[in-house]
Amino acid sequence: MARKETGDIAAGRLDPAQLARNFSDVSPPLDRQRALIEASRCHFCFDAPCIQACPTAIDIPGFIRAISTDNLRGAALKILDANIFGGQCARVCPTEILCEGDCVRNSPEEKPVEIGALQRYATDWVIRDRVALFTRAAATGKRVAVVGAGPAGLSCAHALAMRGHEVEVFEARAKSGGLNEYGIAAYKVVDFSQHEVEWLLSIGGIRVHHGKALGRDLALSQLRRDFDAVFLAMGLAGVNAMGIGDERLPGVRDAVDFIEELRQAEDKARVPVGRRVVVIGGGNTAIDAAVQSKRLGAERVTLVYRRSAEAMSATDHEQAFATAEGVHVIHCAQPAELLSSHGVLSGVRFEHTRVDGSGRLQGCCEFFDLEADMLLKAIGQVLLTDGLSEGGIDLLRLEKGRIAVDANAATSLAGVWAGGDCVGGKTDLTVQSVADGKHAAAAIHEALTADREIQHG
Amino acid sequence: MADLRTNFVGVSSPNPFWLASAPPTDKAYNVIRAFEAGWGGVVWKTLGLDPPVVNVSSRYGAVQWNGQRIAGLNNIELISDRPLKINLDEIRQVKREWPDRAMVVSLMVPCDEASWRSILPMVEDTGADAVELNFGCPHGMSERGMGAAVGQVPEYIQMVAAWVKQYSKLPCIVKLTPNITDIRWPARAAKKGGTDAVSLINTINSITTIDLDLMAPTPTVDGKGTHGGYCGPAVRPIALNMVAEIARDPETRGLPISAIGGIGTWRDAAEFIALGAGNVQVCTAAMHYGFRIVEDMISGLSNWMDSKGYRTIEDFRGRAIRNVTDWKFLNLKYDIKALINQDLCIQCGLCHIACEDTAHQAISREKDGQRHFEVDNDECVGCNLCMHVCPVDDCITMQRVDDGSFQNWTTHPNNPMAEKA
Ligand SMILES: Cc1cc2nc3c(=O)[nH]c(=O)nc-3n(C[C@H](O)[C@H](O)[C@H](O)COP(=O)(O)OP(=O)(O)OC[C@H]3O[C@@H](n4cnc5c(N)ncnc54)[C@H](O)[C@@H]3O)c2cc1C
Ligand SMILES: Cc1cc2nc3c(=O)[nH]c(=O)nc-3n(C[C@H](O)[C@H](O)[C@H](O)COP(=O)(O)O)c2cc1C
Ligand code: SF4
Repeated sequence: MARKETGDIAAGRLDPAQLARNFSDVSPPLDRQRALIEASRCHFCFDAPCIQACPTAIDIPGFIRAISTDNLRGAALKILDANIFGGQCARVCPTEILCEGDCVRNSPEEKPVEIGALQRYATDWVIRDRVALFTRAAATGKRVAVVGAGPAGLSCAHALAMRGHEVEVFEARAKSGGLNEYGIAAYKVVDFSQHEVEWLLSIGGIRVHHGKALGRDLALSQLRRDFDAVFLAMGLAGVNAMGIGDERLPGVRDAVDFIEELRQAEDKARVPVGRRVVVIGGGNTAIDAAVQSKRLGAERVTLVYRRSAEAMSATDHEQAFATAEGVHVIHCAQPAELLSSHGVLSGVRFEHTRVDGSGRLQGCCEFFDLEADMLLKAIGQVLLTDGLSEGGIDLLRLEKGRIAVDANAATSLAGVWAGGDCVGGKTDLTVQSVADGKHAAAAIHEALTADREIQHG
Repeated sequence: MADLRTNFVGVSSPNPFWLASAPPTDKAYNVIRAFEAGWGGVVWKTLGLDPPVVNVSSRYGAVQWNGQRIAGLNNIELISDRPLKINLDEIRQVKREWPDRAMVVSLMVPCDEASWRSILPMVEDTGADAVELNFGCPHGMSERGMGAAVGQVPEYIQMVAAWVKQYSKLPCIVKLTPNITDIRWPARAAKKGGTDAVSLINTINSITTIDLDLMAPTPTVDGKGTHGGYCGPAVRPIALNMVAEIARDPETRGLPISAIGGIGTWRDAAEFIALGAGNVQVCTAAMHYGFRIVEDMISGLSNWMDSKGYRTIEDFRGRAIRNVTDWKFLNLKYDIKALINQDLCIQCGLCHIACEDTAHQAISREKDGQRHFEVDNDECVGCNLCMHVCPVDDCITMQRVDDGSFQNWTTHPNNPMAEKA
């Protein structure tokens, strides 16, 4: 392939077979025998620590015992009853800081039971064979609007539909799934997310309207009038800016856009990537952007984070994964200037940083340059508040740029609940969003049935 | 959803899973927890006449196997060590609070008519559903002329069962000891005495292990040990055979059986039910993992029944009995050969060494100078040892090669007593 001195961005850097390998399942499914061996390692702890570590509180020893007796239906039911995205979570959860992190087998063996892999073993067949595990309660006549068809919105929708309510989901994009579909790294969810959504929706009672965005096509005040309750789950649709020069310079890109393009591409050989890629950020998104650039065939990928390794929100496991994939990581440096040549990006100037006595980050006035054909910004997503104010008036209370909710997931606006990434104060993880959706559904159901009980005396 | 309800000698329960008479059913506290967890019934820890027995400290020994903490469990506990009245009061209270669950009371009193005659009305008065006669305890009680000392003498079994039927209207279940030569004799005796059902097996005489430092059996009580009763997963095959023997014996055929011995999963239970058991009782598995194991037993059995199209327990109960036969009736013309799937083979060589050293030298280990395992059909007798030692599922399978003809030992020319055709 011809090498350009600057602006070397091209598709098809690797041969198709190599690309296919790079974007196949990073952790392939267990077969029965391996699942049974792994299941036999579970001690079936009483009041198991792993359950406590799961935001959706799946009965982990319970489903593993069911696996060990070939009672796969029982196992799947235990998982999906607690977490309707149990299949997705089995693939994307950073289990090392969740269930597996608390497995008693971490000491002395330093090898926890592979809970995520077992969870996948117990649930894959349900999605594949479209097994109906849940049925709806009798219709209540209540209608709920859900904004956003990501894990938070759909888990809430499913739980409400199951309790007999009618749910209408309004989703800005053309497909459902939220970041399950547009964000998660391609090799974590191979040919899965849409099947999972279809299976979830097969319970009935949920209508999804695509291409309908709150703030553009719909108004919150209208939804409140038309429905008995509203659940906001629109995630974080905006991105932070770096504030160093013209970020529209060709070669500069938001990491989430790049990741989305990659996830949506049928043929990975058509996704362009720089020969030298610089990624800025310290979270999931930064790691995924860096690793996927490398797997697309970028020659040199450098991930630069302004603080130390410990301060990164990406787990140790993910950092080690990136390094093992050949991503070069530089800590304690912040971008200072975009360098360009012939109107395209040619590099990024960084300044070394240190943390002062009061924990504040400071530039050291020592600089270095990295050559780059492509810069991927992964410095955080933000809540777009367009739909949350009307006529210049804020409809509900925000806190640190996210929607404020109480212990019952209720916002400051009556009849409106919220959950998932658009609500702050917790980890931004798929499993947390599912937990939020489930939790909110229970609160909404309570509110909707409480007034009925009053009527019945 | 399959219907798991059972009616055993007139005692109904929401599922076939009962807890056997043992520590899990020692008092109201445990039994209530068990019912809350979903167990269909209990056989209360065996009652005796006051004054209560006294138990020792250190009561259990366990056989560990291949990472399993309790492949088999041995105990030297006796019957209930609490006063009779306390037990009876609690039984009455629990049965009143849980009317839909089976409440069976296990009894062991001296082998005289007066003792049995006196205890039965007290039990009946609690509202319990049935009595189980403990003729099984192999230690401690048998030395006093109770438990296995009765269970090993068919005439005594028949006599006591008859007393119980005479002095009580409650259904009677005779619990059999496996510590005899032929289980059919005590079962026949129980039936002659008029029992409504038998339950089996109680524990097997055993010594778990010898502590090589103390040079004493475990469990060790102040330097000494004694034989105890063996139970848990290891005894299941013995229990299966004994249940099958009673189920197919012309003299006891149809006698209701409550199966006990090493049951811990729905699959274990299904196997006993396939051999004719009307329900099952569990002790060790509950002691190992707690009462919550019943969740998977219920859901697993129900899901399996759904997958097979069995609506009720009766739909598959006893279905395996007709396929349990005597060796002499097996088809000597049936012929199978081992086949190794080369794609699945991981080259461990276990099949080769098993056949080479201990079977029929039918598996070669080399081909064209390469490590390679292959069966020689001319030497293979179809014992399937290799299939069992192979660590890979479905790697070694047995292929049928005979022509479908039939001949058994009763007509075989090598049999000096063969029936003339
Ligand atoms: C690149 C990347 C990788 C990640 N990897 C992992 C991982 O490996 N493991 C993990 O646990 N978590 C991961 N996360 C985090 C995880 O994806 C999120 O925490 C989770 O998806 C949040 O769920 P949600 O339902 O709140 O929001 P989203 O998944 O963002 O869904 C929100 C939905 O709302 C829609 N929407 C937005 N605005 C509007 C509007 N105005 N009107 C109507 N609809 C709207 C969006 O189109 C979207 O479909 C990752 C995140 C990113 C960005
Ligand atoms: C500690 C212990 C105490 C037992 N006590 C009694 C008893 O009092 N009466 C009785 O009939 N069986 C008693 N048993 C035997 C059990 O009821 C049961 O028959 C036996 O343990 C086999 O079942 P399992 O393999 O499920 O444990 C006892 C077993 C154990 C382990
Ligand atoms: S079935 Fe028995 S005889 Fe035949 S190959 Fe296997 S071990 Fe050898």
